[in-house]
Amino acid sequence: MDWGWIVRNLDEIGQRTLEHVLLTVIAIVIGFAISFVLALLIRRMSWLEGPIIGVSGVLYAIPSLALFAFLVPFTGIQNPLTAEIALVSYTILILLRNILAGLASVPREVIEAADGMGYTPSQRLWKVELPVALPVIVAGLRIATVTIIGLVTVTALIGLGGLGYLIVDIGYRRFFLTATLVGSVGAVLLAVIADRGFVLLQGVLTPWARRRTEG
Amino acid sequence: MEFFGEVVAWFGDPANLFGPDGLQGRLGEHLILSAIPLVIAMAIALPLGAWIGHSGRFANLVINIANVGRAIPSLAILALATMLLQAFIVSIGLRQFASEIATMIALTALAIPPILTNTYVGISEVDDDLVESGRGMGMQESQILREVELPVALPVILVGVRTAAVQVVATATLGAVFATGGLGRFIIDGIAQRRYDEVFAGALVVALLSIMTELAFEFVQRRMTSPGLRGGRIALREPAQAGRVNGV
Repeated sequence: MDWGWIVRNLDEIGQRTLEHVLLTVIAIVIGFAISFVLALLIRRMSWLEGPIIGVSGVLYAIPSLALFAFLVPFTGIQNPLTAEIALVSYTILILLRNILAGLASVPREVIEAADGMGYTPSQRLWKVELPVALPVIVAGLRIATVTIIGLVTVTALIGLGGLGYLIVDIGYRRFFLTATLVGSVGAVLLAVIADRGFVLLQGVLTPWARRRTEG
Repeated sequence: MEFFGEVVAWFGDPANLFGPDGLQGRLGEHLILSAIPLVIAMAIALPLGAWIGHSGRFANLVINIANVGRAIPSLAILALATMLLQAFIVSIGLRQFASEIATMIALTALAIPPILTNTYVGISEVDDDLVESGRGMGMQESQILREVELPVALPVILVGVRTAAVQVVATATLGAVFATGGLGRFIIDGIAQRRYDEVFAGALVVALLSIMTELAFEFVQRRMTSPGLRGGRIALREPAQAGRVNGV
């Protein structure tokens, strides 16, 4: 372990970490937006569920390097779009399944109570159903984010940097174990931080659940 | 459209199909690179998971290790295995296959957690009444495990094996980054040399192989599920499925 290298290259490590975080955040935000819209669509037209889940399931089964490779001839290497199209498509299966499961888990009586109180369908969705579904949705976000942080390491192979650059380009290609270790530990730390972050976020967004466990 | 013509032409060129550097050779390498780790992982994780599930010992430890393992990117595991083990593998006289052996060790490590957790969960969730009736009938512990717990847990165990198999086939593609053979070569070499018809063709074969692996194991899983469990629509949890990391 070459601690001196780490100290001398804090700038590079920071920059690669930032690239990694950016690629992840963009994928999760866009993936969540698409999944959310698809979930609302499926609620209106339930026959869409089979085809949409089927297509996202097939995309999910394709190895990341292959999915990037499909896009490289069209969008090129060193283009974040190449990575994001693939990364977003991976998030959809996880996020969509959890959003649907979360909404399906809202008890019938709760929905009827909201209707009885005169909520419009959109009020009911935003003020009743989504808050109740939140734990399941956040569980999906946690799995998707940890998965994407792992997958983003592979984007280094199509010239997009990130912590994979430390693992492969500096670490493996120059046979410099310190860089590989820094990249690997960095990716694990990011995953743990993101996971804990979502747990905290869930706590903040569902104060009633906290009160219940405290009391 | 012109590009797809190039891809079709790539598949039409016998030089790309046959011989050790063609599809034929690379597919063979890929299957060996995947099959050996999967078999070794099953040999380790099935008995260990069964024992943990039956006895209930070390359960938390195993689950925690599997969860931590999931946060380590596959690419990092491959890189670390290659860099840490290559010198040792060369020193015991296996220089020719050093990259392959290191990659297969990494793939084995990746395949163990899903098989282990599913075997453990499957066995430990077998209805206590079934186990008790086995004991009441005078069965020995090993008989209970073999004749009661294993058949009932088999669907859950097979989901774990399927998850591991798909993951290994997918991740074996990344071996090409670390100088192994296999189908990843087309993608990695193609990107390096900007031969995008080859990149796309390689991706196509890798994707097909992954999807076929998934379907094949799904078929086996259905065939091997006891008819008594098949009809009843017993809810089978897929614990390892949720966090499955796809090839990386």
